[in-house]
Amino acid sequence: MELINKMLTGDKRACARLITQVENDQTQAENIIREIQQYANNAHVIGITGPPGAGKSTLTDKLVKSYLKDNKKVGIIAIDPTSPYSGGSILGDRIRMQDLALDPNVFIRSMGTRGYLGGLSKSTKNAVKILDAAGYDIIIIETVGVGQSEVDIVKTADTVLMVMVPGLGDDIQSIKAGIMEIGDIFVVNKSDLFGADRTATEINMMLDLNQNMERRPPVVMVTASKNEGIDKLSQEVKQHIQYLHESGKLEEQRKKNLKIEIVELIETELRKIIMTHASSDSKLDKEVNAVLNKEKNVYDVRDEFLETIGK
Amino acid sequence: MEKPIRVLIAKPGLDGHDRGAKLIARALRDAGMEVIYTGLRQTPEQIVAAAVQEDVDVVGMSILSGAHNHLFPKVVELLKEQGVNDVLIIGGGVIPDEDIPGLKEAGLAEIFTPGTTTTQMIEYIKNNLKR
Ligand code: B12
Ligand SMILES: Nc1nc2c(ncn2[C@@H]2O[C@H](COP(=O)(O)OP(=O)(O)O)[C@@H](O)[C@H]2O)c(=O)[nH]1
Ligand SMILES: [Mg+2]
Repeated sequence: MELINKMLTGDKRACARLITQVENDQTQAENIIREIQQYANNAHVIGITGPPGAGKSTLTDKLVKSYLKDNKKVGIIAIDPTSPYSGGSILGDRIRMQDLALDPNVFIRSMGTRGYLGGLSKSTKNAVKILDAAGYDIIIIETVGVGQSEVDIVKTADTVLMVMVPGLGDDIQSIKAGIMEIGDIFVVNKSDLFGADRTATEINMMLDLNQNMERRPPVVMVTASKNEGIDKLSQEVKQHIQYLHESGKLEEQRKKNLKIEIVELIETELRKIIMTHASSDSKLDKEVNAVLNKEKNVYDVRDEFLETIGK
Repeated sequence: MEKPIRVLIAKPGLDGHDRGAKLIARALRDAGMEVIYTGLRQTPEQIVAAAVQEDVDVVGMSILSGAHNHLFPKVVELLKEQGVNDVLIIGGGVIPDEDIPGLKEAGLAEIFTPGTTTTQMIEYIKNNLKR
């Protein structure tokens, strides 16, 4: 495909167009991903998650600048919510990354969730693959930031930064379940604000409670808006990357994530088959009546369905 | 899969009036579009870079400061230089009627001045997409 060749030579328009295609069209997406597979899997993927307003975009901006100093090429995917009512969205993360727009070694793409839950959009993974093939060394994904449901990022990123801010108060307690497990590095942003020390202490205490971790995540205090603490943070990210490589965890994690991806793809297709073949509404209505009349049992209905789709 | 219209809403130059731009951004979102809002004080180069990377269908610019005759055509020119010719380029803000023909000649598809309803703009965008 001509677009792919152009993208491989560093053409940003081609790269952008390919991302649009994987976002909009499943068939095109599959063709593209098949063709670029051989060029991908070289980048390190960093996920940045945390509540809305925590400073994820501001932090991304600063972190990217530190990578540019190391002569890295950085791709950014910034995700914001799609309105369930209109299907539209306002994607505003670029506001905090204005200085990066013109850097030849940076590519920023904003995406709406388009109805996908879990903090990412359905096409995020494929967009990552395209940026990877396009030669970006580091790919940063900024998640939506709606809290509890931000679990998908661990299935896509190698290193996850969990961004917290002072003043969340009881929230830290309430989000700890599930959330404490997904951070590889905890960032307390807005350290210029009152209560940041306390927030860091609380996170540290919570992390210490969890004894069965293979690696105890560090807690780093930063003030993204003033570019303070960013060196320390990028140092911690480097150490995590090193840890992943040396411990064999990187391969292990990626294998696990690939398994999940494959199973999810199969599930999607199976669900389609179920919807079209086995459980069209009229058919299902009939079966429901049979069950209500005690002519059949729900398990009988299931077994009959499985037989019709050839299990 | 649905294919939402992607629109870049940008504020070129030093103009700090952003009420109109934000209003348009919300209206287009409510009409089902994906709006990339880049914030204030954008150079034409930044706007073009964002338009390319975001692969938008529409570039919409807002100026109330009076610098439209310089900034709007500059963006059109830079987009052309990048080979971007399938994007609908529109503008809005406080723009005297007598400036509008010149801007259209420079490559802006349409100019929306105060008093235009967002419904009119949404209709215009939907009917004039270039791809
Ligand atoms: C509110 C206002 C302000 C507010 C701005 C608040 C804000 N955050 O936006 C404040 C008080 C800060 C302000 C400051 C100034 N202002 Co003032 N301001 C206005 C005022 C009264 C209304 C603007 C407004 O918000 N309208 C409401 C919005 C919704 O309308 P709109 O932006 O025009 O958008 C509509 C259309 O134009 C169109 N549209 C606009 N953009 C786009 C984009 C696209 C893509 C599309 C499709 C459509 C579209 O759609 C909208 C709906 O119809 C105007 C006067 C006027 N009547 O316009 C002066 C006005 C714009 N300001 C003016 C001036 C001079 C200034 C100052 C320089 C004053 C000073 N000396 O300090 C400063 C500069 C500020 C800066 N940093 O740039 C002048 C500009 C003169 C000129 N063009 O030559 C005006 C025209 C007043 C005047 N008659 O002199 N201002
Ligand atoms: N006080 C303070 N404000 C910050 C800091 N970092 C970001 N902000 C502000 O927090 C707000 C939200 O930032 P943003 O990066 O958009 O957050 P996001 O929603 O998590 O992406 C903005 O107004 C930023 O200027 C910080 O370190 N200290
Ligand atoms: Mg953000």
